[in-house]
Amino acid sequence: MGLLSKKDTKLITDPLADNNPITIQVLGICSALAITAELEASIVMSISVLFVMGVGNVVISLMRNIIPSKIRIIAQLIVVATLVIIVDLVLKAFAYELSKTLSVFVGLIITNCIIMGRFEAFALGNGPWRSFLDGIGNALGYAVILIIVGFFRELLGSGTLLGIPVLGDPIEKTGLYSIGYENNGFMLLSPMALIVVGIIIWVQRSRNKALIED
Amino acid sequence: MENRTDKNSYTIIFAIAMVLVVGSLLAYLASSLKPRISENQRLEKQQNILYAMGINDNDETSAVFISTDKAPEAFTENVDDQIVITIDANGKVLKKQTRDEYFDETNQEPYLIDVKKQQASAKDGGERKLPLFVGKNKEGKTVYVAPIYGKGLWDAIWGYVAMDENMVVQGAYFDHKGETPGLGANIKQRYFMDDFYGEHLLTENGAFKGITVAKGNADPKNNDKTDNEVDAIAGATITGDGVSAMIKSDLKLYKPYFDNLKTK
Repeated sequence: MGLLSKKDTKLITDPLADNNPITIQVLGICSALAITAELEASIVMSISVLFVMGVGNVVISLMRNIIPSKIRIIAQLIVVATLVIIVDLVLKAFAYELSKTLSVFVGLIITNCIIMGRFEAFALGNGPWRSFLDGIGNALGYAVILIIVGFFRELLGSGTLLGIPVLGDPIEKTGLYSIGYENNGFMLLSPMALIVVGIIIWVQRSRNKALIED
Repeated sequence: MENRTDKNSYTIIFAIAMVLVVGSLLAYLASSLKPRISENQRLEKQQNILYAMGINDNDETSAVFISTDKAPEAFTENVDDQIVITIDANGKVLKKQTRDEYFDETNQEPYLIDVKKQQASAKDGGERKLPLFVGKNKEGKTVYVAPIYGKGLWDAIWGYVAMDENMVVQGAYFDHKGETPGLGANIKQRYFMDDFYGEHLLTENGAFKGITVAKGNADPKNNDKTDNEVDAIAGATITGDGVSAMIKSDLKLYKPYFDNLKTK
């Protein structure tokens, strides 16, 4: 990574593990449990958040010296909402099919607290380039968890991955189902997303004791 | 040291400026993109109706519309007429128009009638216009496609249902604005929509019953077509109930038309 200094590289790699937005900062839980019943939805959400966080962090960082501190949260909210609406409008006009896939995510992106959290914690105090890296890093950290949770929920809940049956046919009783395996419908409900995230947190903290808070 | 950005006057000016900039930017974008967006929505309505009629580019597992450049041609070719039935608040039929009669009166295509607005008008005690698209499906059978509109868990859900003259479903298309991805959003998946094919909307005695999206109906393969039930999606109870409700309330209004059709 000749392009990035060591400090810059850390901005990207830290959120992937030891400063993960979901498991360590405990941000973005709401969307993590709302849309991870399917792997595909997790991936689409991850890409959308990647875009909004990268651009949003740069915009906030450029505006950081002119935003009055008293109304900074509202100003941040306006920036996210505007970005999301612009993307939504442009997609509706030029890529209608794609916009229909994404439309359900629009509300979830605006209310995603990772975005607000990173604006507040990082972009307001750092330059555009570093803010951009921080945005990308945190979005990737979010994506990793989303995809892990989506993978297990879809696999154990519906027996499919990306919509393709991988364990056999539950109705015709082929594959794994022929020996008595059943899909766990509970995996499709939101509480299981929290439990899966909880398991990830557990695994992560038992491997790295430094992460355990008192 | 007090920062210049901490002053009240600066805060107010900043807020006003930001709202003005963002507001005009969005207004400009929205109005300049509007023609393109409404054209896309128009084509989508044609695609929806054609989909319900069985005219689509479906592959083995997923639902695929006929492409947008072919849709207008296919629509003119396959939809023979677009009937508009106007009813009053009590469900009494006031008039029945063909596509041409309706177009002469309002200068609008019947398939662009906004079902949501019509529902609201009926709720306020006004008239309601019921569009019905008559055409031939892939097998050359005459089908009648009606739009339905209702609410799911988070937001609006809607769809188009194709029926034959006995109100047996010949195809269905559902869509939604913001149902949960992976759960309620799956009402637009093939495995859910295909279940409606062949399902009866009427009971054996010919009374209108609708189709219920039922949990645990012991018929996951949907072999029983006369039970007025299809298998529900796990974890999407409220969206499923919304689908049942809009089928019941909206398609019921077409029953007199079909009764009339048979006595003719």
